[in-house]
Amino acid sequence: MTAHAILTLAWLLVALYMIFIYAPSDVNQGNVYRIMYVHVSSGWTAMIAYFLVFVGSVWYVWKRSPFADDVACASAEVGFIFCSCLLITGPLWAKPIWGIWWTWDARLTLTFVLWLLFVAYLLVRSFFINPGRAALLSAVVGIIGFVDVPIDYMAIRWWRTQHPQPVIMGGPNSGLPPSMEATLFVSAGAFLCLFFYLLRQGLRLAEARREIGQLRRLLSE
Amino acid sequence: MMHSLEIIWILFLKDLRLEWRRRETLASICVFGILVVFLLDFAFQPAGEESLRLLPGVLWIAFAFAGILGFNHSFVAERENACLEGLRLAPIDAGLIYLAKLLANFLFLAVAEAVIVFAASLWYNFSFLPAFKWFVVIVAFGTLGYVAVGVMFGAVASNTRMREVMLPVLQFPVIVPIFIGAIEATTSALKGDAPGQFASWVRLLIAFSVIFIVLSFLLFEYVLEE
Amino acid sequence: MPPDTTHTEPALELRGISKYFGDLAALRGVTLRIARGESVLIYGPNGAGKTTLLRTLASLAQPTEGEIWMDGRRMDRYPATCKAKIGFVSHATFLYNDLTVRENLALAGRLFGLRGVEKRVERALELFMLRERAGFLVRNLSRGLQQRVTLARALLHDPDFLLLDEPFTGLDAESTANLENLLRKLPERGKALVFSTHRFAQGASMAQRLVALEKGRISYDGPLTQASLSSLRIEPEAAAIENKVRL
Repeated sequence: MTAHAILTLAWLLVALYMIFIYAPSDVNQGNVYRIMYVHVSSGWTAMIAYFLVFVGSVWYVWKRSPFADDVACASAEVGFIFCSCLLITGPLWAKPIWGIWWTWDARLTLTFVLWLLFVAYLLVRSFFINPGRAALLSAVVGIIGFVDVPIDYMAIRWWRTQHPQPVIMGGPNSGLPPSMEATLFVSAGAFLCLFFYLLRQGLRLAEARREIGQLRRLLSE
Repeated sequence: MMHSLEIIWILFLKDLRLEWRRRETLASICVFGILVVFLLDFAFQPAGEESLRLLPGVLWIAFAFAGILGFNHSFVAERENACLEGLRLAPIDAGLIYLAKLLANFLFLAVAEAVIVFAASLWYNFSFLPAFKWFVVIVAFGTLGYVAVGVMFGAVASNTRMREVMLPVLQFPVIVPIFIGAIEATTSALKGDAPGQFASWVRLLIAFSVIFIVLSFLLFEYVLEE
Repeated sequence: MPPDTTHTEPALELRGISKYFGDLAALRGVTLRIARGESVLIYGPNGAGKTTLLRTLASLAQPTEGEIWMDGRRMDRYPATCKAKIGFVSHATFLYNDLTVRENLALAGRLFGLRGVEKRVERALELFMLRERAGFLVRNLSRGLQQRVTLARALLHDPDFLLLDEPFTGLDAESTANLENLLRKLPERGKALVFSTHRFAQGASMAQRLVALEKGRISYDGPLTQASLSSLRIEPEAAAIENKVRL
């Protein structure tokens, strides 16, 4: 656990160094573009978190293993943070480049929907009268939400191709020079490392909670 | 198979009979839907050409709000005297309970939609007749997909505190495709486009409905479990 | 898949059942076997797990740990077969307020896939003296009458295992005597009767076997004799009075 913490910290420092010092300025965007490293890394991490929520949910419905529920729940909690980070850095980057904070472009819309699905999942968990059912019902919500994402994506794509598109620079990966690409991968790696560190903390917390529950049950006897 | 259909039919008739005795759901969702159209008319004050641009959105917002009311009520009624548990005692598949609820809610919302459309047609001075056939097809599949998700999450939300808030939070992100597809297709159809122009949206609505009905059918058992 | 032949003795069984509600344990490792023809009284203070035990037997509550078996089959693998043999009466009536008595019974009968539903419903109405009220909406019935409808509903499909959670709640003296008579006959007809009640004396007079629960565990399981009562320090009348006070 400590090793993981140190690794995460070191990796994040390296990523910071690369983002601010190693990576060159962009020809068109100057220094503003550097937020991309945080933005894109958060995005990838949020996707992985969402996928883990789905895997944990299916696994829980199938095998009823409390560990699967812990994985789904912890990924949702941490994923929500990264997804929020994605939604915050997006407009910060968009304003100087596109001149607007927000546009209902396909990817932005989908990100917002994803964020709402995270919120829905977490709210279901916290609003349960009977704690025993929270796991099962949030798993159901997790599965439905995941199945929904590709359909959302398709609908939004079609919808937006019928409307005038804002002028956007090509995807972040299109023709990045090697030094920028390296920086992107290092920072994405650092974010992932951080994600898994937080996930493990979440799992430990859940385990401790279960243990306390067990002790309480023993005490009440 | 025959037996399953029979069970769905029995449960569906039960819901109709309950509704007939109380007339709570239908009355409330119709009135609520009309109120939404009425308020949006105030808000936008559309005239002439504009009404065509606004109408599909107004209609689907009214449908969506009316639907939410119905889904919430549908399971609150089942919780009285723990009737839902009574159903779970019977040797029937939980998915059948879902399908019966789906049918009943579809019917109720369809009736409300007819009333809403009639009101909107008067207030917006708009005739739906030229494109009526396609309009009905689009509304039918859009409603089916919406109800498929709504009934499922209505059952989930009925277990939570603050279920009136929970249901929209759960279902609106999921029904984004229905909303986009239905509004785009409705706009296109009412404009008088050829069916080919909006066929892909109708296909999306159908695909969405099928996927979510199957998924909910399979998962409903877990929603009822304790 | 053929039923597991190593456990073919017909019975309803709980094997190592625990049920947790968060930090709360309603049942802790309960193992229990109920055969047809038995009459079992579930007894214990409030919060001992009586209701959860009965709900688990009825497959309304999914156990956190352990398995439920019926006649050599795991209940969760053959839910329909098992549910068809169970009748359950709980605190809630399971009745639709806006359906009539007859409609409620007919609905239950159809859901259980019974043949000759009308005839069975009429017989049940007769048995529970509900004939004159058959056309009334459940909403308009007194609690005691509703309880009778609930019992009629639970017995409609002639279940092998009848589970009753406080069946005498709200019944007047006549209905109580009537129900007692009816329930007494069930074990003779090869049905199993499992019930909980606050009125110990009354329950004891109907049961041959006592299962005492304490904090989610079985503290006594055996024949209902004077000796077993004194070892449990339950004095029939005192227990009855004590529970009345608590109620």
